[in-house]
Amino acid sequence: MLELYGQQVSSRLLLGTALYPSPAIMAEAIAASGADIVTVSLRRETSGGKTGGQFWSLIQSLDVRVLPNTAGCHSVKEAVTTAKMAREVFSTNWIKLEVIGNHDTLQPDVFGLVEAARVLSADGFEVFPYTTDDLIVAERLLDAGCKLLMPWCAPIGSARGPQNIDALRSLRGHFPDVPLIVDAGIGRPSHAATVMELGYDAVLLNTAVAKAVDPVAMASAFGKAVEAGRQAFLAGLLEPRDMAVPSTPVIGMAAFS
Amino acid sequence: MKLTVNGESREVAAGTLAGLLAELDYEGGWLATALNGEVVPARERDGCALADGDRIEILAPMKGG
Repeated sequence: MLELYGQQVSSRLLLGTALYPSPAIMAEAIAASGADIVTVSLRRETSGGKTGGQFWSLIQSLDVRVLPNTAGCHSVKEAVTTAKMAREVFSTNWIKLEVIGNHDTLQPDVFGLVEAARVLSADGFEVFPYTTDDLIVAERLLDAGCKLLMPWCAPIGSARGPQNIDALRSLRGHFPDVPLIVDAGIGRPSHAATVMELGYDAVLLNTAVAKAVDPVAMASAFGKAVEAGRQAFLAGLLEPRDMAVPSTPVIGMAAFS
Repeated sequence: MKLTVNGESREVAAGTLAGLLAELDYEGGWLATALNGEVVPARERDGCALADGDRIEILAPMKGG
């Protein structure tokens, strides 16, 4: 079973809670996906605490673990402060650490990310860093105290799927014992299955489910794809070959001429 | 006293962070607060004195990816 910071996790699909047509559909989609970890955020409360309270009550009723994020933070200071506020509200040391470096691509500022990861790890946080697929950044994040990595496979919300299979493969090869979760860029179940077939430990996604025509059905499809990819990885995949290889025996062919 | 609460300018009577939450009708154990960029845990709100010009953030759980 997958273990993240000492916690056993039954599903290898982590799901976001944003962008659904309604809270009820979100709750149904989470159940259909089988996910037992969902991401949440902290935002300004404008109505005396009632909006956040309703959302939080719904999440608490779902029997899932929460992974708060620092989405939208563009500096180390913002991310660290948000993480500390999240720890108090959600009563967890887990934090999905995002330090965004560019408005258009939403790619992580990896320098700020490493620094924030070091500050938070030293303060007792268990950091889930949203990072690129860069190997050296990955090494620095592990040095900073991270015990797992969450590389993107394409920009957040782009639905483009794995853009650099070689880099993902390289990360997997270099860190065989570090839990690796692909976070961001997954658009369809086949993308999720692809990275799971590479030996990735889990997948985190949001938009691909929430913005589907039928989010509940799509959540179920992703759950199955993640399981199928994992099972295929464990079963041992056939490597591609240059030439055709017959599957039906060639010995025992009848001679008709 | 003039404060900036969640980015908006407010004229309030409260002298502490706990008092401010009550005055603005905030309630619930799920709120997180910060004063001038520093986190103020719930247990410290009673003793957290406010001064003219302070910037306060009041955050709550929200959907996220």
